Amino acid sequence: MSERIYDLVVVGAGPAGMAAATTACQHGLDVALLDEQAAPGGQIYRSVGKPAPADTRVLGPDYYYGRKLVDALQHTQIDYFSSTTVWDISSERVLSVSIGGHSRTLRAAKILLATGAQERPVPFPGWTLPGVMSCGAAQILLKSSALTPPGPLVLAGSGPLLLLIAWQLHKAGVSISAVLDTTPSANYFKALRHGLGALRGWRMLLKGLGYLVSLRKAGINMLSGVTKLRADADSSGRLAQVHFQQQGHSRVINCKSLLVHQGVVPNVQLTRAMDARHLWHEQQQCWHPQTDAWGETSIDGVFVAGDSAGIGGALAAEHFGRLTAWQVACQQGRLGSTERDMLVRPVRQTLDRLMVIRPFLDVLYQPAVEFLLPVDETIVCRCEEVSAGDIRRFVGLGCSGPNQTKAFSRAGMGPCQGRMCGLTVAQIIAAERNVAIDQVGYYTIRAPIKPLSLGELASLVSHGDK
Amino acid sequence: MSVRLRADCRETDVTVIGGGLVGLAIALGLIRNGLKVTVLDEGDIALRASRGNFGLVWVQGKGDTCPEYAQLSRLSARLWGSFAQELESCTGIDVQLSQQGGLLICLDDAELEQRQRMLCAMREQAGGDYPFKVLDYAQLKALVPAVGPRVAGATLGLEDGHLNPLLLLRALAEAFIARGGKLLSNASIGEIRQQDGGFSVVAGDDCWNSAKVVLAAGLGNKALAPQLGLSAPVQPNRGQILVTERIQPFLHYPTGHVRQTGDGTMQLGDSKEDVGFNSGTTTEVMAQIAHRATRMFPLLENVRMVRAWGALRVMTPDGYPIYEESRVCPGAFLVTCHSGVTLGAAHSGPIADWIAGKPESFSLEVFRAARFDV
Amino acid sequence: MQHDLMFKRLENEGCGTVLVEIDGAAFHARAGETVAAAVLAAGMIPSRTTPLSGSSRAPYCMMGVCFECLVEVDGVPNVQGCMTLVVEGMKILPQTGARHLSMAEQEMYS
Repeated sequence: MSERIYDLVVVGAGPAGMAAATTACQHGLDVALLDEQAAPGGQIYRSVGKPAPADTRVLGPDYYYGRKLVDALQHTQIDYFSSTTVWDISSERVLSVSIGGHSRTLRAAKILLATGAQERPVPFPGWTLPGVMSCGAAQILLKSSALTPPGPLVLAGSGPLLLLIAWQLHKAGVSISAVLDTTPSANYFKALRHGLGALRGWRMLLKGLGYLVSLRKAGINMLSGVTKLRADADSSGRLAQVHFQQQGHSRVINCKSLLVHQGVVPNVQLTRAMDARHLWHEQQQCWHPQTDAWGETSIDGVFVAGDSAGIGGALAAEHFGRLTAWQVACQQGRLGSTERDMLVRPVRQTLDRLMVIRPFLDVLYQPAVEFLLPVDETIVCRCEEVSAGDIRRFVGLGCSGPNQTKAFSRAGMGPCQGRMCGLTVAQIIAAERNVAIDQVGYYTIRAPIKPLSLGELASLVSHGDK
Repeated sequence: MSVRLRADCRETDVTVIGGGLVGLAIALGLIRNGLKVTVLDEGDIALRASRGNFGLVWVQGKGDTCPEYAQLSRLSARLWGSFAQELESCTGIDVQLSQQGGLLICLDDAELEQRQRMLCAMREQAGGDYPFKVLDYAQLKALVPAVGPRVAGATLGLEDGHLNPLLLLRALAEAFIARGGKLLSNASIGEIRQQDGGFSVVAGDDCWNSAKVVLAAGLGNKALAPQLGLSAPVQPNRGQILVTERIQPFLHYPTGHVRQTGDGTMQLGDSKEDVGFNSGTTTEVMAQIAHRATRMFPLLENVRMVRAWGALRVMTPDGYPIYEESRVCPGAFLVTCHSGVTLGAAHSGPIADWIAGKPESFSLEVFRAARFDV
Repeated sequence: MQHDLMFKRLENEGCGTVLVEIDGAAFHARAGETVAAAVLAAGMIPSRTTPLSGSSRAPYCMMGVCFECLVEVDGVPNVQGCMTLVVEGMKILPQTGARHLSMAEQEMYS
């Protein structure tokens, strides 16, 4: 029996993945869509098929827009695998996947990785304390469980999501003690250079300003220019206070919950494990896979779309997902190149319009140095409890990159496989060595990219070898 | 042709090329001999067999066709206790050395019998002094209750043990630097020039003059050796290693395929593949490693592996090391082996002493590369 | 478990509840939610201690990235709580340090 080979396997059912899978299916491709979550939507449209809050005003129309993509998906012949983790992709495009504790393999002619973004790790003293959580996590809890964090509540950080979640929690009736904006004031001047783009993307800019104005109007304590963020615990080891400086004064706020955010970065674990070429994005301060205009990576037949290719937001992800699907359909002989180009032209225009504001946003919301190069006492590797000071000491011992500090310190060896420390460790090394981060590089990532039981792995031994 | 040494070069007594377990252990031993030593190492993305080391201080079965290698391995194993102490007192790093014996678990009777025959022959060769035991299933189960029912037994080498190879690498680097050694990374070695009484090693924009040069660059030795009238016919041989989440200690002896580290994680390995310079991992081989490990220890079935990696062993055609001083360029030494941990104490002791010029305590003649010129 | 550590549930679309046990106490979780969400709603904070220093942790990212939400579920240690859905009758405990070999595992093979 010859094994089925899908024309296209899409990994990730967020906006890029859903749009790509639906589009590819419409052009007659045999498509599988694999996703780690129990329901489609990705993180941005998490649980949008069955949102938890009764009051739809809490999450707002931009969220419920995602229903359209989920609905479209349901009217196709796609093989949709939910609660499925892809833990390896071979160079022959064989995917090893884990479903409900059992592993199997799938074959694909083409693969689209639409694995989205993760929040940028926000290392600062005390960020590991129970009670400190990412803004994205709080939003997921709101969307799927209608849960809100216990008060007193403080939010701290920089970026559109910080204001959005503050606004959503406020609308949900949650009392917010303060929103601490850590955006460095110098960023506003730097961003002005990209002001023209911002003006052309005025719709999005107005939306952001809208949250800010509404939060102020609502009487929420909005503090800007916050530096030296630190979280302190009570005697039980849980978050009790947040310390910071503002306008030259040291301040303390008592709190039970602290939500932090410093933007999002591409989830590159799979492309890294495949040894695809990656580039450093200076404005976004993160790595992304190198691609051609259609999202094809340095590995033949492997595409990326959406935030996993570089941060562009949900709408851009959706459009780029479609564009990638047309290219795959074209490569698979289901769509002529003239027809493809006709379909693509208006989408490229939309993408240009959506992306025009990015340089402005990227520069404006570049994290403050204290979150990129945290002080020595800060834990950078949460799994193995390695501090920024440890990393600096090992650079002094001759470590020139993250794989060497990994061997010396264990930073990056824990179950998260470096997702929470990789960027920070590389940036600390680059700063200590006074070289560009491209010269420092990233962890060498190897499959399985998520922990896997030995029994499950062992079950893949072909019978002849047993 | 003799070349003038460059005037802008820095001076050192010995230049060691390669900052892995082999190079650093030798460099540390050279410092102990009162020499000024500079180690030139590669950068972050290097092949680095050291990083893939399984951490066994292993004697049983080693050198079954080369008694000198068997003797060297055993000598090193005996030196390990004091070497580990030296490292700890110098750096505060406990390399987690444990030498209470090691098990080679056999899955079927034929394998066990074959192994027993080999070890008996080695004992005879060693004049009766070769401590090991053969354990049948019941004896093995008594010693290691976690062992599964589908194994035949094991051989227990009483001189075997293990340590944490990454802590060892760090301890060697810290001790070397603490004692005044110079460790330079990101050095890409260019030309090595020789003239009367010295060598000039060009590395990037820098250059070092020294009376002696040690090639300890693993697979890199192959390209470097001919410049110094030496030959290093080494080939890569890939091993894949799996590491699990931390679990409470249950396995108190290292085995040839599975060991529990001092941190509580389980390390599984011992695959051998001829795949050139590809240091990746493959699902197929990882599955085989997991399959064998769970057959040996069924309680590992539900334990999760958290990471895997591939590393390239440095293999000579017969698998034994090369220790050789160049006859064309005296003062140039070649060291290559695939047991950087087991032989570490010997490298830092007698091998470094030999390079420093002390009379050899035992003959290294058998380890010359000329043995491959047939 | 302390009441003031519990995440508060907004008025929500009814979809039924499942009865689980969290740190020994009965808890009505929302059907279809994750173990990590239920843990926060029940106020089981911290939800784990680290194997290295024994320091306290709680769910941090809720999207499968950080592995801070590891808990013991039905006797299975180190389960990623934010990637596991609650099931009727499930017993959830904090993860204390390194993985213990479960009683069942030890008995089966001893």
